[in-house]
Amino acid sequence: MESTIVKAVNYNSYFGANHVVKDVNIEIPKNAAIAVMGPSGCGKTTFLRGINRMHELIPGATAKGQILLNGTDVMEMHPIFVRLKIGMVFQRPNPFPNLSIYDNVIAGYKLNGISLPKSERDRIVEHSLSRVALWGEVKDSLTKKGTFLSGGQQQRLCIARAVAMEPEVLLFDEPTSALDPISTSKVEELFHELKKNYTLIIVTHNMQQAARVSDKTAFFYMGELVEFDDTKNMFTNPKDTRTQNYITGRFS
Amino acid sequence: MSVQVKYRIGKSIAFQGLTILLSVLCVVPLIFILVYIIKAGVTKINWNFLTNLPKPVGETGGGIKNALLGSVEVIALSTIIAVPVGILCGIYLSEYKQSKLAYWTRLSVDILQGVPSIVIGIIAYFWIVKPMGHFSAISGSIALAIMMLPIVVRSTEETLLLLPDSLREAGYALGMPFHRVVLKVIIPCGFSGILSGVMLSVARITGETAPLLFTAFGNPYLSFDIGQPMQTLPLIIFNYATSPYNDWHDLAWGASCILLLWVLLLNILTKVISAKWKVQL
Ligand SMILES: Nc1ncnc2c1ncn2[C@@H]1O[C@H](COP(=O)(O)OP(=O)(O)O)[C@@H](O)[C@H]1O
Ligand SMILES: [Mg+2]
Repeated sequence: MESTIVKAVNYNSYFGANHVVKDVNIEIPKNAAIAVMGPSGCGKTTFLRGINRMHELIPGATAKGQILLNGTDVMEMHPIFVRLKIGMVFQRPNPFPNLSIYDNVIAGYKLNGISLPKSERDRIVEHSLSRVALWGEVKDSLTKKGTFLSGGQQQRLCIARAVAMEPEVLLFDEPTSALDPISTSKVEELFHELKKNYTLIIVTHNMQQAARVSDKTAFFYMGELVEFDDTKNMFTNPKDTRTQNYITGRFS
Repeated sequence: MSVQVKYRIGKSIAFQGLTILLSVLCVVPLIFILVYIIKAGVTKINWNFLTNLPKPVGETGGGIKNALLGSVEVIALSTIIAVPVGILCGIYLSEYKQSKLAYWTRLSVDILQGVPSIVIGIIAYFWIVKPMGHFSAISGSIALAIMMLPIVVRSTEETLLLLPDSLREAGYALGMPFHRVVLKVIIPCGFSGILSGVMLSVARITGETAPLLFTAFGNPYLSFDIGQPMQTLPLIIFNYATSPYNDWHDLAWGASCILLLWVLLLNILTKVISAKWKVQL
């Protein structure tokens, strides 16, 4: 947990004239789980989407400042390369409805036209599904459509799809907000496993979740990064009054 | 039950009855047309009818082979011209829906859809037939392609707009470039809708006669040359039905029947195919 993998330097993002993320400076350490929390509308999603350059896909969206991945400005890398290095899991499970479970896992290769020998594909599929604890549940129905699974299974399938590309960083945007409690706890358990190999940045507006899964927590308020600290410190000894108010539930 | 309530229930039943009656009334014209044309035409259809060329007046046993094959060729050619252009345009409209170009394109396509077919025929006549110096199948195909285009464009656009953005984002987040997101995610997921748009546009132009009058023109002989005049089903119906000879009228009835069955078949096929290929989102 020493070296920095993602670093934001005076990072700002805008939707047209709407200044959504304001002057964020943060250093995210390698192989850790980072929670990003804050009231809804405070710019968590927008910040997250700036990291893998998904922000710029929205018409009228712009950004200033820098996001560095291993010291290199992501704006100087090709967006495709950035997104291969930094995977993303969305709020709602979004498996490809036209693909089987198997093909969903290797979608990043298959749909990008990267051809692999069958044995290699089989290995990636089994390995990725095992990492998200889904292999046992689906190994006999790999040819069924991804949308055939339950919501929680679909979300783990989406995580497997991101993991299959062997990225360095995984971004999660409220990955459990559309899931039932049992599926939620299954996904949370995964974070402990996944952070051994990847850096996880998890947006959540659920404080308990942040406390359960993360090593460090960033608190956003109205587009600003108010506080970034070890999760334990943050919840026991918040420095900023806005963080205190949030943690004690005075606004949500 | 009070009188007032009974009166209101009565009104409701009367209204329901009226909607049912009028729905049935909508189906009646189709049934009449089907019954009439099939009765008049189906007895004329036999193997010779399908495989012989038309014979001069007075000789029996003439057929519509040239019109049948001509129609297939002219329509296939129109489809080859209109479908790629229409689908790509529809993709542009759905993926860049906010752009100025999309706004103007959408407007032009809508206006094009409203242009009467005879006007499109005249335009094809002045722009293609006159410079070439003679009637040709290709000029007819181009005129029909122009008629297909708006249907293909708008059905593609509407199909793709219904796909959720989360699907596109899933693709981008895996490092897919725009063209792969379109070709590998968007089009496969919207395939059934795009295909049914194409098939409906084919059904729509199959019976178009006006644009072919000054373009493909018609041809009493069998021809596959796209640079030469070509016979098609609507043209043979037009020519034979307006002739004074009874056995030519019979050919026209038979050809009408074939045309009708072809359109009917296409519509049913569209329903079956779009149900079969539908991607469950
Ligand atoms: N696609 C968009 N277009 C325009 N404005 C947006 C868009 N998405 C978000 N915003 C604006 O950015 C602000 C922050 O949104 P978001 O990052 O989604 O917040 P959070 O994820 O913390 O709930 C919102 O107030 C919203 O008005
Ligand atoms: Mg959000």
